[in-house]
Amino acid sequence: MADKVLMKGNEAIAEAAIIAGCRHYFGYPITPQTEIAAYMAKKMPKIGGVFLQAESEIAAINMVYGVASAGKRVMTSSSSPGVSLKGEGLSYLAGADLPSLIVNVQRGGPGLGGIQPSQSDYFQATRGGGHGDYHMIVLAPASVQEMAELTIKGFELADTYRMTSMILADGTMGQMMEPVALDLKVNPAPEKPWATTGTKLQREHNIINSLSLIPEELEKFNFDRYERYKIVEEKETMYEEYMMEDADICVTAFGIAARVSKNAVDEARKRGIKAGMIRPITLWPFPVAPFAKAADKVKEFISVELSMGQMIEDVKLATSCKRPVTLCNRAGGMIPDPEQVLRAIEAAAKNGGVR
Amino acid sequence: MVVFEKPHALTDVPMHYCPGCLHGIVHRLVAEVIDELGIEGKTIGIAPVGCSVMAYNYFNCDMIEAAHGRAPAVATGVKRADPENHIVFTYQGDGDLASIGMAETVHAAARNENITVIFINNAIYGMTGGQMAPTSLPGQVTQTSPYGRDPKLCGYPVRVCEMLSELEGPEYLERVTVADVKNVRNAKKAIKKAFQNQIDGKGFSLIEVVSTCPTNWGMTPQKAIDWLKENMLAYYPLGVYKDRSAAKEEAK
Amino acid sequence: MVSFKKDNCKGCGLCVDACPKQILRVAPDQINKKGHHPAECVDQEKCIACAFCAMMCPDCVITVERK
Repeated sequence: MADKVLMKGNEAIAEAAIIAGCRHYFGYPITPQTEIAAYMAKKMPKIGGVFLQAESEIAAINMVYGVASAGKRVMTSSSSPGVSLKGEGLSYLAGADLPSLIVNVQRGGPGLGGIQPSQSDYFQATRGGGHGDYHMIVLAPASVQEMAELTIKGFELADTYRMTSMILADGTMGQMMEPVALDLKVNPAPEKPWATTGTKLQREHNIINSLSLIPEELEKFNFDRYERYKIVEEKETMYEEYMMEDADICVTAFGIAARVSKNAVDEARKRGIKAGMIRPITLWPFPVAPFAKAADKVKEFISVELSMGQMIEDVKLATSCKRPVTLCNRAGGMIPDPEQVLRAIEAAAKNGGVR
Repeated sequence: MVVFEKPHALTDVPMHYCPGCLHGIVHRLVAEVIDELGIEGKTIGIAPVGCSVMAYNYFNCDMIEAAHGRAPAVATGVKRADPENHIVFTYQGDGDLASIGMAETVHAAARNENITVIFINNAIYGMTGGQMAPTSLPGQVTQTSPYGRDPKLCGYPVRVCEMLSELEGPEYLERVTVADVKNVRNAKKAIKKAFQNQIDGKGFSLIEVVSTCPTNWGMTPQKAIDWLKENMLAYYPLGVYKDRSAAKEEAK
Repeated sequence: MVSFKKDNCKGCGLCVDACPKQILRVAPDQINKKGHHPAECVDQEKCIACAFCAMMCPDCVITVERK
């Protein structure tokens, strides 16, 4: 087994991006993700890469658009208010079918909000974040190791499907230190014959564009894009099931909330309650199948979130509302503790009469 | 013997611009310069949002359509993706460059980003139907200044070259026009220099082209050119506003 | 001599004003595919191939040749 290094989650993302072959990073300072920029500022000049502190989040995402147009792996990172500013660019990236990686280390909102961890950008991330019909691939790491692994996965998926991948983390995941194994395998970027790298007078000019004034044509672009999304849904959905074989109560959570919830599930089992957990790793595409399956067996679902309840809507959709779905949450930068989740599990067990 | 024909770097696609719109002349000058410098195969152009949004159809080099005002940021990305092999230019109007994209413009200039910016200033938003631009003249009647631009209400027009010339960053800033043959020749010289600067690694060059909008000014193309000469050039004097290399030479 | 890609001409007349020999006009009796009166040369013999017209043409419809 390879040696492990002790790293912050944010640093693990930065190092993994470099391992993935990303040599262009653009960003604008914002707490709690600034370590990513600081890491890139130190590393990139030493490996022939580009670190550039942009004048704004808007400029940063458009620099990403430029490098992505030229066919290279590129990333930016930010936190909630900054990601709102990137919304325009995310929409254009989707409209032009450009691959890129965006990191959102979420903090509490709305508005300037706070700087403590949050998961309240779930809607923004899973529904696209900007205007128009589109999706991003949204990856939710729950450990520093996953911060690294999903960053590499994010680049690969982005290239394969010509989409934006977003790492949706939170302040806790970003600041947390854990040992990481960095002997990670990377699929090199595929050929990108569509990229604008100069015609060399050997081909027709390539055009990177999201404008299409003929509605029939624009409709077709949208239909085609959603056909591609369907393949992503079929092939790339990721989740983890924990003690779901015989579960009566299904807790569901991602990221930091899943770590808290796992403790609560363990404690519930000790108390004789058959609790289990489904942890979505891709938030888009949402892992519908395990929820649909569980809906025929469990008595109740509990969605544990650092928000006012956003993923809960996807859980209700995935279970076709066959069973009650309750919310166990904190917001504004607060994190539910295992006690709170345990109480929710116990209440569900009592209400469902499954003891 | 052919004395004059369409440059290779322009496609055969007929341009969508209104009759007498000077965009076409500037497109052609950029294309002629690309031909003469032999850089079509390595040039990547960035189109704006505005009348020239579809410039990507008119140039034979690789083209990218950027979000409104963001062309200099996109150009920064493309240039830095492969600085040795990419020649990058943006083509932007006054709303794109001097209003919504002002931050991107100023900071690309401040960084002395090694790109070429072609800036068309015709003092109005053309594509959306003639609204007040950041460069509309005091008193100028537009759809959103129907009683004439009142500086007390909405401030004064922005002189982009003068403003950027205060920055340490940019290499070359020149204001030209294409209102007549003599000026077309000058404009081409300036555009060529702006591309040559990039080839030589000198950095940010911006050529502001004072232009017309016959349709939204409500004039014939000929009247529009007269109006440009009388009014626009009085507020936006032609000339070189910064030439770092020349200044260095002089200092020697 | 000057030749025009007639159907791409928008009849703006900027070439007419640029011509020092005053041998161009916007043809009042013709309409091209775009619905414009296209520019034309009324006296090729007088053309000095200065290309001023082509330099002022926004639509790149003019080719100038010297015999």
